[in-house]
Amino acid sequence: MKNVLKYLFLGLVLIWMAFAPAQSMAQEAEHPKEEKFDAKSFIFGHTGDAYCYHITEIKGKPVCVWLPVIVKCKGGSWHCFSSKHVCELKEGETFEHKGAQFYVSPISVDKYPGKLVELKADGSLSRPFDISITKNAFGIFLVCGFMLAFFLPAARKYKKDPLATPTKYQGLVEWLTYTVIDGIVRPNIPEKQVKKFAPYLLTVFFFILFSNLFGLIPIFPFSANVTGNLSITLVLALLTFFFVNAFGNKHYWKDIFWPDVPIFLKAFPLMPIIELISVFIKPFALMVRLFANILAGHIVILVLMGLIFIIGGLYGVGMAGVTSVISIFMTVFMFAMELMVAYIQAYVFTILSAVFIGLAQQEPEHS
Amino acid sequence: MDLFLPESGLVIWMLIAFLVVFAILAKVAWPMIMGGVEKRNAHIAESLLAAEEANNALAGIEQKKQETLAATQAEQIRIMKESQDMKSQVIEEAKVQARQEAEKIVAEARLKIEKEQAEAMAQIKNEVIALSVDIAEKLLQRELSDKQAQNAYIEQLLKNNPPRIEA
Repeated sequence: MKNVLKYLFLGLVLIWMAFAPAQSMAQEAEHPKEEKFDAKSFIFGHTGDAYCYHITEIKGKPVCVWLPVIVKCKGGSWHCFSSKHVCELKEGETFEHKGAQFYVSPISVDKYPGKLVELKADGSLSRPFDISITKNAFGIFLVCGFMLAFFLPAARKYKKDPLATPTKYQGLVEWLTYTVIDGIVRPNIPEKQVKKFAPYLLTVFFFILFSNLFGLIPIFPFSANVTGNLSITLVLALLTFFFVNAFGNKHYWKDIFWPDVPIFLKAFPLMPIIELISVFIKPFALMVRLFANILAGHIVILVLMGLIFIIGGLYGVGMAGVTSVISIFMTVFMFAMELMVAYIQAYVFTILSAVFIGLAQQEPEHS
Repeated sequence: MDLFLPESGLVIWMLIAFLVVFAILAKVAWPMIMGGVEKRNAHIAESLLAAEEANNALAGIEQKKQETLAATQAEQIRIMKESQDMKSQVIEEAKVQARQEAEKIVAEARLKIEKEQAEAMAQIKNEVIALSVDIAEKLLQRELSDKQAQNAYIEQLLKNNPPRIEA
């Protein structure tokens, strides 16, 4: 009986979760001031960064979690205020803080879309140096906090008594950690260097995995599209770039600038140029691959959802109803696939980082 | 498109947050977890080895026990056989001795009997002689009177003095 109730509750939550975005979109779509469903701003509004956590709208009033805005104007003054002030502004209004006028430009404009801008007294726009805790920054902190909360207690247990029978929680941590160590690190990095590089690869793997998974949960405090944002994958790729090149051995650098190829390929420095380019291409590919895969997954889900309203807008409510059945079925399928992609992309990023690091650690073959 | 441009604020936050988490985890989490697991693996491997050694030692003891048991059994059989032999030997010896003794006794008895017989014969002879002499004496005394009476008198003498040896 208890189990039946549990599953019933779980089922209802799942159904609600599947319909919740549709519901909020329906409210957006039905809103009188919006005569047409704007698919572009809908999709990029949901996949991009934002200054507040928009949850839903009740009777035309947005229900949001406000986040702090921290900006430094071109004049050198710092401004820190709640995003409530700028997100609730109507068109044409500005928020004044310590003598500066701010507003968030809409997604549809070409200049600084969706960003906080300062309206100068002469009517010109300027983009201040912006280190606001945005939705994605919040998402990063959430993932980081979760990682610490998840791994530190296990580490403490191992430190206290490594020979004790592991608990179920320790078993989970061990299984997760050793899938990465035995599946990704060990096959690619020389055994002597495993201890040196495993921490970075483990941190990257779990950061990406948890970010991907949190990004799929469509309610606060999750749903931030962390790994589908170029800024974040850029940092991850730069760190991999650092770990590859900062610890690369003599053989690695020799292979780049003086590879074992016929002399005319080196004298006219064709090979060194190609090799040098590949040094930068590798992390660039890592950055774009992760970003594009996650973003594409989110966009497909949003498009399938938005399809209901596009078709509804074109052919009326009846067709929207029919489309919603297909759309929701497809969305569930996409969510299942995104779960898979969440793991695969974390795996791919980490294994490629491990391969690149491992290649930079290779000793020359004596033959 | 704005989506494809990195945002400086986000880059800064990401760099700070990720490096902090990386530093913390690399300092206190990953080495502990890996070290703990490795330590436990080593401990398990050691324990297995020790258990195998103990098992082997136990098997050695068992074998030794079996060997000792077998040796003891053989010894037991040997001792039993020996005692059996000894017993039969003793019996045999006793039998021989007894026979010799018996033979000796019988021989002695025979000698005695022969001696007594001889003695008895001698006695009988003496008695017969005495009787004969007696009779002869009496006869000589009566010879003078009657012949008939003589015979009757001998008869009577014989009747009164029957020969004493019968055995």
